[in-house]
Amino acid sequence: MQIRTAITAALATTALVGTGLLVGSQVSLLPVAASTNAPPYDSLFRVLFSIGTILFLGILIVLAYSLIRFRRRPGELAEGLPIEGNLPLEIVWTAIPAVVILFVGIYSYDIYDRMGGMASLDHGAMQHQAMDHGSMNPTQMDPTQLADGIEASAERIWGGIGSTQAYVDQTGDGSEASAAVPPLPVEVTAMQFAFIFHYPDNDITSGELHVPLGQPVQLRMQARDVIHAFWVPEFRLKQDVIPGQPTVLSLTATRAGTYPVICAELCGPYHGGMRTSVVVHEPDDYLAWVTQNTPATTA
Amino acid sequence: MTVADPSALQPGLQPRGWLRYFSFSLDHKVIGLQYLVCGFFFYLVGGALAGVIRTELVSPIADFVSRDTYNEVLTLHGTVMIFLWIVPVVNGAFGNYLIPFYVGARDMAFPRLNAVAFWMIPPAGLLLISSYLLAGAAAQSGWTAYPPLSLTTPAAGQVVWILSVLLLGGSSIFGAVNFIATVLKLRRPGLKMMQLPMYCWAMLGTSLLVVLSTPVLAGVLILLSFDIIAHTGFFNPALGGNVVVYQHLFWFYSHPAVYIMVLPAFGLVSEILPVHARKPLFGYTTMVYSIMGIVFLGLIVWAHHMFTSGTPPWMRLFFTIATSFIAVPTGIKFFNWLATLWGGKIALNSAMLFSCGFILNFVFGGITGITLAQVPFDIHVHDTYYVVGHFHYIVYGGTVFVIFAALYHWYPKFTGRLLNEDLGRLHFLLTFIGFNLCFLPQHWLGLNGMPRRVAEYDPAFTTLNQLSSVGALIMAISTLPLLLNVVVTALRGQSAGDNPWNALTPEWLTSSPPPVENWHGEAPLVTEPYGYGHTPAESGR
Ligand code: HEM
Ligand SMILES: [Cu+2]
Ligand SMILES: [Cu+2]
Repeated sequence: MQIRTAITAALATTALVGTGLLVGSQVSLLPVAASTNAPPYDSLFRVLFSIGTILFLGILIVLAYSLIRFRRRPGELAEGLPIEGNLPLEIVWTAIPAVVILFVGIYSYDIYDRMGGMASLDHGAMQHQAMDHGSMNPTQMDPTQLADGIEASAERIWGGIGSTQAYVDQTGDGSEASAAVPPLPVEVTAMQFAFIFHYPDNDITSGELHVPLGQPVQLRMQARDVIHAFWVPEFRLKQDVIPGQPTVLSLTATRAGTYPVICAELCGPYHGGMRTSVVVHEPDDYLAWVTQNTPATTA
Repeated sequence: MTVADPSALQPGLQPRGWLRYFSFSLDHKVIGLQYLVCGFFFYLVGGALAGVIRTELVSPIADFVSRDTYNEVLTLHGTVMIFLWIVPVVNGAFGNYLIPFYVGARDMAFPRLNAVAFWMIPPAGLLLISSYLLAGAAAQSGWTAYPPLSLTTPAAGQVVWILSVLLLGGSSIFGAVNFIATVLKLRRPGLKMMQLPMYCWAMLGTSLLVVLSTPVLAGVLILLSFDIIAHTGFFNPALGGNVVVYQHLFWFYSHPAVYIMVLPAFGLVSEILPVHARKPLFGYTTMVYSIMGIVFLGLIVWAHHMFTSGTPPWMRLFFTIATSFIAVPTGIKFFNWLATLWGGKIALNSAMLFSCGFILNFVFGGITGITLAQVPFDIHVHDTYYVVGHFHYIVYGGTVFVIFAALYHWYPKFTGRLLNEDLGRLHFLLTFIGFNLCFLPQHWLGLNGMPRRVAEYDPAFTTLNQLSSVGALIMAISTLPLLLNVVVTALRGQSAGDNPWNALTPEWLTSSPPPVENWHGEAPLVTEPYGYGHTPAESGR
């Protein structure tokens, strides 16, 4: 009898875990992936979706089973079992979530690191400054120099993702080469109710964001009036744009196409209409776009 | 503590009959029901506002109300539901009604403060919902009132909003002080802390959160009002202010606020399940510790609402870890409830159905909560409909389901009559279906690109939004069987007797409804509020 129960339980658990993994890996709830951030994000999503499905279905089954198996029949007066607790059991179900959480935490830290999220933000800004002067390879800077640079830099970055680490990691062998590609700086100004993109290198101003495929882009964002947020679902990236506090967002697009740029922070009556597009060009098309749009005076 | 002496209540000076519910009554039972009815009124108001939101979202263009009005409706909906429905009912209504019974007292520690706390609510609520008429425009910056938006929207409406929330916060603090004093100081001689019904612990934990965090909300809102009225620059970047500081202070209250809305519900469920499953509450001690664990962790996770704001990497990391760990004490509670049901003799009545609905919905919302706690995950879905789905699973699927369960469970205590079970089951079915239809699709919408707080959206999302609106309609309809039930029962309900559920917690050991002084003689000493599992014949109770 005991053994039968144990076997049933083991089979049920296996089936449950199998279902969870299947659902997590087969059911896709996300839009297309168009940046280097998206693949790590999507694998995190799949893992969390699997774990969530297992937990939810497990509890649903136990609950439904209890309600059916232990329901009170009409006229029945008997009571349940006078069990007030079971310490070993309670320790087990304290440990299970703790272990799951620990795993999820470590895994999502790793994902966040792969997205470049753990790199110092001021590093990101500095990198760009150094680049402006065209002198240094950012990946070879040493920390003391960095600290000096931050002191010197008037602009403090308050939030965002500063590094384009993800791109470097994912390209494997080509990493050296791509790391050497300096990120393309774009200044983003958010205001009620529009985004304005300015390309300092060519002095282009545009209401749409245009980026080249495969090249790191660094958005340096500031708001003119209230808080807005820059969100591209296909990039899996979002960052608030805050008046008085510059933020950055580094990304590398991996799929040509046009995607929505959406304001995700309530910013007034037309908040819902505050959207534009990001166009990801093949590198050649991008150059064509730049040439076409560069103001005559600076060209 | 002479305040607990019934003569101090001067019953002679108190109106009797239904009139006492409109008086400055000092009786905790009257005050509890005042909270309940007042809260339910505002639930209907908040529900009507939700109806406006879901009607607007039937079509992808902003066509039903103007954009300003939409933001006013959205702001009022959130504020009303949180501060005038959930917090007052799950704390004030059931707390005031039950806690004195549970500790074996004749009233709360400070009856007069208690009445004051309640009577701050109706004027604050009316002020809030009439702000459109009073000030020409209601607040438009969401229930979070982030500056600088809240500094630029019509000032009068925003100030009325602040005033109203300050009053409601004050009421909540007065209530919390009273609960702490009552649980710690008014326990009947011989009754130990670890013998109290679980709801007492939940209210103790919740009240600690209220007194620790609500003053911070009051402080930040007062500063915000200075910025609006006196043009100071605390949160005005143009004057050197810092908008992110506002967010930290706001969430220092408002994350604990989510536990202020759900811990009492955890307590109520812990009372309801054992009675209808005829089994002791499983793992009393770990339940107590997990409440206190949630209280502690709840105070150090606020910045998970700010992952995409001006937060540096270390802060994102710290708050991810702290937030994730809340799942541990929360998980303990759910496993213990399931273990309470396991091997019981479960009566599948309305109270039980709503409690089980709560378990399912909350587990779902808890799982999405864990996903949101992961910075890399949240960066994509923050401020989208995914978050709207998450917190409605928690606040509606969790707390509101528990309020309904509690209503079916304690209505006989309040009135001496049983609510009709058929109408109750219909109410449950409609609520459960409507709720899931309304909020489940929102997760997909958020993941795929629909931000929250918008009156217009990408036409690709129309179908799911319409599905969600149908769900909302079903939820609206689901209140009809409830209202009908209450009216019919009041007119000719089945008499309940004093203890229709054969429950062992102290409130059932007196008549239903109870006398003004709660007990006909001495308060009984109940050391085993969950001593089920002995068939009536063998138990001498
Ligand atoms: C397992 C436990 C929970 C976790 C880990 C969790 C996590 C989170 C996180 C990280 C957010 C922020 C999402 C964002 O804005 O991007 C959030 C939002 C929210 N949560 Fe939870 N949550 C949990 C339980 C609860 C509970 C118990 C409640 C209330 C009773 C609740 C109510 C809310 C509300 C109201 C919001 C949205 C606030 C707003 O932006 O207006 N959550 N939750
Ligand atoms: Cu916006
Ligand atoms: Cu929170």
